Amino acid sequence: MSHTDTMRFMEGSEAIAEATIAAGCRFFAGYPMTPFTELLEHLARRLPEEGGVCVNAESELEAVGMAWGAVATGNRAATGSTGQGLALMQESFSEITRAELPLVIFNMARGQSDYFQATRGGGHGDYRHMVLAPMDIAEAVELTQLAFHLADKWLNPVLVYGDYLLAHTSEAVEIPQGGPDGMGALPDKPWKIDGRLAGSGRSRNANSLGFEKGKPGIDPEAFWKRLAVKHEEIDAQEARVETLFTEDARLIVVAFGSIAKFVRYVVKQLRAEGMPVGFVRPITLWPFPSEAVAKAASGASRVAVLEQNAGQMIDDVRLAVLGTAPVDGIGEISTDSSGFGVGAIHDAEFIGRRIREAFTGREQRT
Amino acid sequence: MNGPTIVPTDVPPDRPARQLGLDKPRLLLSEQHHLCPGCGEPLAVRMMLEAIEEVGMAENAVGVVGIGCYTTFSGTMDVDVIQALHGRAPSVATGAKRMLPDSLVFTLQGDGDMVNEGLQEVVHTAARGESLTCVLINNGVFGETGGHMTATTVAGQRTKNTLEGRDPDYHGHPILIGDILAGLEGTAYAARGSVHNAAGVAGAKRMFRKAFETQMRGQGFSFVEVLTMCPTGWFIPTAEGPDYLDRVMGEVHVTGDLKVDGRVTTTEERRAETERQTAEFERMTRAGNDD
Repeated sequence: MSHTDTMRFMEGSEAIAEATIAAGCRFFAGYPMTPFTELLEHLARRLPEEGGVCVNAESELEAVGMAWGAVATGNRAATGSTGQGLALMQESFSEITRAELPLVIFNMARGQSDYFQATRGGGHGDYRHMVLAPMDIAEAVELTQLAFHLADKWLNPVLVYGDYLLAHTSEAVEIPQGGPDGMGALPDKPWKIDGRLAGSGRSRNANSLGFEKGKPGIDPEAFWKRLAVKHEEIDAQEARVETLFTEDARLIVVAFGSIAKFVRYVVKQLRAEGMPVGFVRPITLWPFPSEAVAKAASGASRVAVLEQNAGQMIDDVRLAVLGTAPVDGIGEISTDSSGFGVGAIHDAEFIGRRIREAFTGREQRT
Repeated sequence: MNGPTIVPTDVPPDRPARQLGLDKPRLLLSEQHHLCPGCGEPLAVRMMLEAIEEVGMAENAVGVVGIGCYTTFSGTMDVDVIQALHGRAPSVATGAKRMLPDSLVFTLQGDGDMVNEGLQEVVHTAARGESLTCVLINNGVFGETGGHMTATTVAGQRTKNTLEGRDPDYHGHPILIGDILAGLEGTAYAARGSVHNAAGVAGAKRMFRKAFETQMRGQGFSFVEVLTMCPTGWFIPTAEGPDYLDRVMGEVHVTGDLKVDGRVTTTEERRAETERQTAEFERMTRAGNDD
């Protein structure tokens, strides 16, 4: 069968839903909210057809609770919302992370202003979850399947950060069954809560404190220190990034998510015009690809961050660059990708103007 | 020696205590608990675990435990446990049960957990008719934090933040959660028991059995509330706990089956039934004394 035979023209929400099912996810719970709603709609229709369950939860609090219970049974499970809905779920995310449960979370965000929420979280205690930021539907399919894999690999939640553009535009894509090849073997799930060890004296306890059965007292400190080591390992091993023209660039432009695809297009055009500009696109927002950013910036005289918010990822870029080059924010708050059609459109012309200004500013200052 | 040894209790013992016997339910990993003297929660949990065993689900049970004093039992109950956040157990149990339709799935929650923080969760779960059992251990106070008012604290009850007693005009009225849940279409069985005397303990176990059987038959949502003593949180002498429960809590949260086979009972009906049973008991006691 040729490649084109297996490709279908799909809306992003449908493609992500199909990728979720192809990854073996059999439980989803959500609460409608634009622009996340269509993902819920597709899964509400498709999961029962595949022998799975989709619950229309009465609130985001309950949606994440249901997904928590389902993922604890050892089945692949997911939930999602927009950043507003995810704000309500933060307490559970932090608990689920410390309970080491492999939940996948979708943020079909109203733009890029949830970067801090996604990468820092608003829950209690020390916890991190991986964040994957696809730039288009084809990559969203790949990263959705990778999200389930990474969650199981590390026993840690993974968040897929999309937006209106991703959810509501269409592309011809292929959904690989079972996910892309080469992701590697996964560990068994001896921890899964299935009721089968009840009465055996070895029953299980999925909790966030390192609490073990039959042992009086708890030692959460030792447990949390072990989790901190795990998060350091994830940080060291799982960063993903795309770079372009960074070898000889004097200006490095950093962008993520849907806007990054347009930024990349503009950077290629400017290169063709002879401007020594390079491009770095973090695919994982946590772990942040600090090494790649630092390497790209090491030969440049300026770094510019184009994000659709008041300046959030710029903090991570500055931490990566560690003062070796000035870092400017050249994006701005935009509801362009919110789904409401109320924001200024950040098209190639806008992006080109901002990058030229950043480059000229550098020329003037040197 | 002739006859039993009378142990003097007005002086310190002259030798260490010695365990004479052990009657531990199979699903308890430890015969010890770390709760206060006079606490009713261990009794309620014990009845629940015995009922799980009696309905034949000792080897296929999942408990979703809330946050409160009873959370300590997540380590000693020999069932698979998911530790939930305060108030969130019903939704977590929903996700677990949907993936494990053949397992017995229950929540274990206190009144602060279920009726304060997580009220919408238990109501929605009942309305959905989820085939699981929510268990409320109701003592009318946040015991773990030190005896503060909850949404089930009855009028006049002293708590650490209602020192003159809960004043309905100022602090509002208690929620009779069992009665609310009984009225929902998705609820197949609901009951309120207590562990302040032997009859109550036996009754609580009957209610747990009935609830678990309801779940296993897939008839819908089931709910068991158990009134438990909290002398520490009620600021009363330990020995007065059972009587205080009966007089203060029991007067408002009236025990009995709240919904069986689609029929909802009212507080007045349950009160009348309790009075009838008490009169019957007294008549039999008198008759026994006359012999």
